Amino acid sequence: MSLYDHLRHFADSYGLVALMVLFFGLCLWVFRPGAKQPSREAAHSIFAEDEFDGRNDGQ
Amino acid sequence: MQVEAALGRAGLWFGVLLISLVFAATARDSGFAAHATIIAIVSFVLMWISVARFDPMGKARGFFQMPDGPSRYDDDPIRWGVLATMFWAIVGLLAGVFIASQLAFPQLNIEPYFNFGRVRPLHTSAVVFAFGGNILIASSFYVVQRTCRAQLAFPSLARFVFWGYQLFIVLAASGYLFGVTQSREYAEPEWYVDLWLTIVWVAYLIVFVGTLVRRTEPHIYVANWFYLSFIITIAMLHIVNNLAVPVAWNGSLSFSAFAGVQDALTQWWYGHNAVAFFLTVPFLAMMYYFVPKQAERPVYSYRLSIIHFWSLIFLYIWAGPHHLHYTALPDWAQTLGMVFSVILWMPSWGGMINGLMTLNGAWDKVRTDPIIRMMVMAMAFYGMATFEGPMLSIKAVNSLSHYTDWTVGHVHSGALGWNGLISFAAVYFLVPRLWKRERMYSLRMINWHFWLATLGIVFYASSMWVAGITQGLMWREYGPDGYLVNSFAETVAALHELYIIRAVGGVMYLGGAVIMGYNIWMTIVGRLREEVPMGAMPHYDPDKDRPIARPITPEPAE
Repeated sequence: MSLYDHLRHFADSYGLVALMVLFFGLCLWVFRPGAKQPSREAAHSIFAEDEFDGRNDGQ
Repeated sequence: MQVEAALGRAGLWFGVLLISLVFAATARDSGFAAHATIIAIVSFVLMWISVARFDPMGKARGFFQMPDGPSRYDDDPIRWGVLATMFWAIVGLLAGVFIASQLAFPQLNIEPYFNFGRVRPLHTSAVVFAFGGNILIASSFYVVQRTCRAQLAFPSLARFVFWGYQLFIVLAASGYLFGVTQSREYAEPEWYVDLWLTIVWVAYLIVFVGTLVRRTEPHIYVANWFYLSFIITIAMLHIVNNLAVPVAWNGSLSFSAFAGVQDALTQWWYGHNAVAFFLTVPFLAMMYYFVPKQAERPVYSYRLSIIHFWSLIFLYIWAGPHHLHYTALPDWAQTLGMVFSVILWMPSWGGMINGLMTLNGAWDKVRTDPIIRMMVMAMAFYGMATFEGPMLSIKAVNSLSHYTDWTVGHVHSGALGWNGLISFAAVYFLVPRLWKRERMYSLRMINWHFWLATLGIVFYASSMWVAGITQGLMWREYGPDGYLVNSFAETVAALHELYIIRAVGGVMYLGGAVIMGYNIWMTIVGRLREEVPMGAMPHYDPDKDRPIARPITPEPAE
């Protein structure tokens, strides 16, 4: 078999499965227990600053 | 020491000047000679600046009233980026109005430099890479510093990125008018301009990643994920799509490394991912930073934004083949492109809903804050374009819509509605902060801009829907004898009025951008327009706030 065929078979077997597992793993990872609070903090992190001179006045 | 350094710099520019003069004199074609002359002029000016130790940047900074003094963040390249954004927006939109008018009135084709075939790539590159690229570089430098709470890494490299990118734009745009093109959609510049962009882009990656590394905030905010994926993916797409062999070192002509259907697929793998990773992903980065900041509310769901990110990364890269339906591309590849395009609808709308729901509890701001109004309309157009796109990628729909003006309308509802409006909103957000002004000169003018832009898009998109479906139906119409009914010229003639409506929509959109330019200039010089605040309550008279007095005497029944 040619290199193309090898790559082609890898792409629609192990490659496909690996990418699916990786994708769903990354999506589920954000729902792991204890992820709620870090997400909340990350979402609020952009407000803890003052743009004019960069002082952090802990809003 | 300073004198020696200045002389050293002057010597370097003198060397570049000599080399470019040699290239200009021995060039195989006039376009390449013109580009070598542009480089010679630039290096002559830089040499003169080094020798005379003249500081044009200081003077220019004074002219644009850029605040100096110590600042925790390095905002100078961002200020230049915002000015360049505004300049290229007007150039690109003007070119668009010009070619739209050419389609309605072919007499406007001025041979050879200003015919449609040469000005059209000038328009697409000016709006996508010059207007879009400048606001992306500027806003990414702004956002990465704020969210990492770190100053920009490698300040001189950041300045090189800005000026090097402007040189790329000038070389690309002038090349199109001289007829220098490799005819690849959204990647028309020839090999040497591509090499220059690669250098600039790698410098951009180094500055961005360097700043991420210097961060004092433990978490990397999601907007930076979107920006980083944009920088990395564009580098990959740009290099692969532009693999080519130049005919000679002193000529502009080159030939692609690919041939036939492989070349077509490479081009649309690049072309569609330019839409994905240039026109969608980094603009979403702007959405995830500027919308929460302007609304003063955190993003609706941070976790949804992460899922949005990974879905776009994993799905978008496969959608390109939908540009090659019913061609020599294998059927399975066409179907793959179609399926992934349809799947993309879900994360796109997830992201749009995430952006819109950020305004939960702050929807009143749509009435009082025209910047929020602009952001909401941008997200609405993101939703519309990401619904229309998957629909057009379905083979049965595509058989009607492909090669017609429907596609053109779809691209413009995405580009003008989503990219344009979110960029304008970001500029309105940035200018008062970068120039340390209280607010924009006029909020009412932002409102005028909003309505001119929105109505302009409505004129544009609706005329192109009608034009596209008319075209598609006329092209496929058979008579009872089995022959096509319409000649191509007849289908063009049928669209004349629609082309005029489209040009009018473009003029309205350009008019909004001109108002914006004036508003920004007045803000920069430090003026504040006195005006009635938007959404203010009309005059209230408590005396009139009572029930209507009725006569006490009952009326007799008939």
